[in-house]
Amino acid sequence: MTTDLTVRPRPAAELPRTVHVEHCMGTVFTLDIRDAGRWEPAIAEVTAWLHHVDRVFSTYSETSDISRMRRRELALADADPSVQMVLALCAQAQTRTAGAFTAMPQGKLDPTGLVKGWAVERASQLLTGHGALNHAVNGGGDLQLAGSAAPGRPWVVGIGDPADRGRIASTVTGRDFAVATSGISERGNHILDPLTGRPAAGLAGATVVGESLTFADAYATAAFVLGGDALRWIGEVAGYEALLIDSDGTISTSDGWRTDW
Amino acid sequence: MRRVALALFGTVTGLVMLLSFKTHSSTAGVPVATAPVVPGTGTTGSSSSDTSTGAAASTGSAASTGSARAPSSSASATPASTTKTVTGDAVDTRFGPVQVQITVTNGTITAVNAIDYPQNDPRDQQINSYAIPQLNSEALAAKNATIDMVSGATYTSEGYLGSLQSALDKAGL
Repeated sequence: MTTDLTVRPRPAAELPRTVHVEHCMGTVFTLDIRDAGRWEPAIAEVTAWLHHVDRVFSTYSETSDISRMRRRELALADADPSVQMVLALCAQAQTRTAGAFTAMPQGKLDPTGLVKGWAVERASQLLTGHGALNHAVNGGGDLQLAGSAAPGRPWVVGIGDPADRGRIASTVTGRDFAVATSGISERGNHILDPLTGRPAAGLAGATVVGESLTFADAYATAAFVLGGDALRWIGEVAGYEALLIDSDGTISTSDGWRTDW
Repeated sequence: MRRVALALFGTVTGLVMLLSFKTHSSTAGVPVATAPVVPGTGTTGSSSSDTSTGAAASTGSAASTGSARAPSSSASATPASTTKTVTGDAVDTRFGPVQVQITVTNGTITAVNAIDYPQNDPRDQQINSYAIPQLNSEALAAKNATIDMVSGATYTSEGYLGSLQSALDKAGL
């Protein structure tokens, strides 16, 4: 059919690419594999993994392990083993963020701020294990990127402008890195300050870049809570940098911020 | 054809962000798709996931018409323009099902219309007043020329993204 598209220059037709879109956890996951091959088994494993995580960690499902633990119907020792792992990671994130991140916001078990990033990072590892060395996994705007977008070309990630979702506020490029963004949802402030229980305010968006999406996700959550103070704090966390977008659109970055990863 | 969808994806993300947040005071101005709704799509309750590969893939699920009804901004110089309408899967969100229909003219999306969306309470209606988009093709041609993916906060219009993506897949864009 027509090829008269104005969207953007298309990659050379020979470049292999497999894209899979999966609806899970109330959002959309995209697997974008840039290696040649038949990836159906790998994709099946990843999607099964994501739905497993949803079944265990959903705070919207009454039957998830997390919901049953909240109702004290399920002990940690009897829960899916991944719950212990996630709570241990949450504890690490809480320590590294001086409490700005917690799995117990408002005293209720809710590791959501880390689970999606962790699930995506694990999904990326599964793809790598299947031999898909060059891929991106996007979980609702949180990205883990492996290898490169094309031979000789690193991944280019746009950071959405929270004030104008049709715009890109900034970009970062790299190989084998992660980008997580926390911000205000259209249903209002949805991240609560664990210290006050009130919606975090002042920032429109906080993006954290680093090696692991598990921690980038938790740090982005924390950075959004901490506001401008996050820049000083993230400077002390090795390997992670932050870009904050103020409610008036002002962009500020941590001292070590760089656009090449 | 399939390659186009893949090339589009990064833009689609940005596009949906735009859809989600652009404030429209009224939903009445949304262009309504012209071609008949594709039979057999949308509400089947089938798996809501789609896999596409770099190879050209024919979807066969889209209805095409020969009509040349295209918004003035697109395709007027193309002699034999093709318009088709594709209905995305209904995507369940915790607020209710969301289903999107797109109109494609000569390979370019010219309209997006939410045909099912949560409207149980005033808050839903308020959200839909800006989540239901009027799409102009400039939005699609976003300045994202070299961007592979977009990082952004999760928002509750994920249903729009999901349904729109499935519509794009079905359209073979």
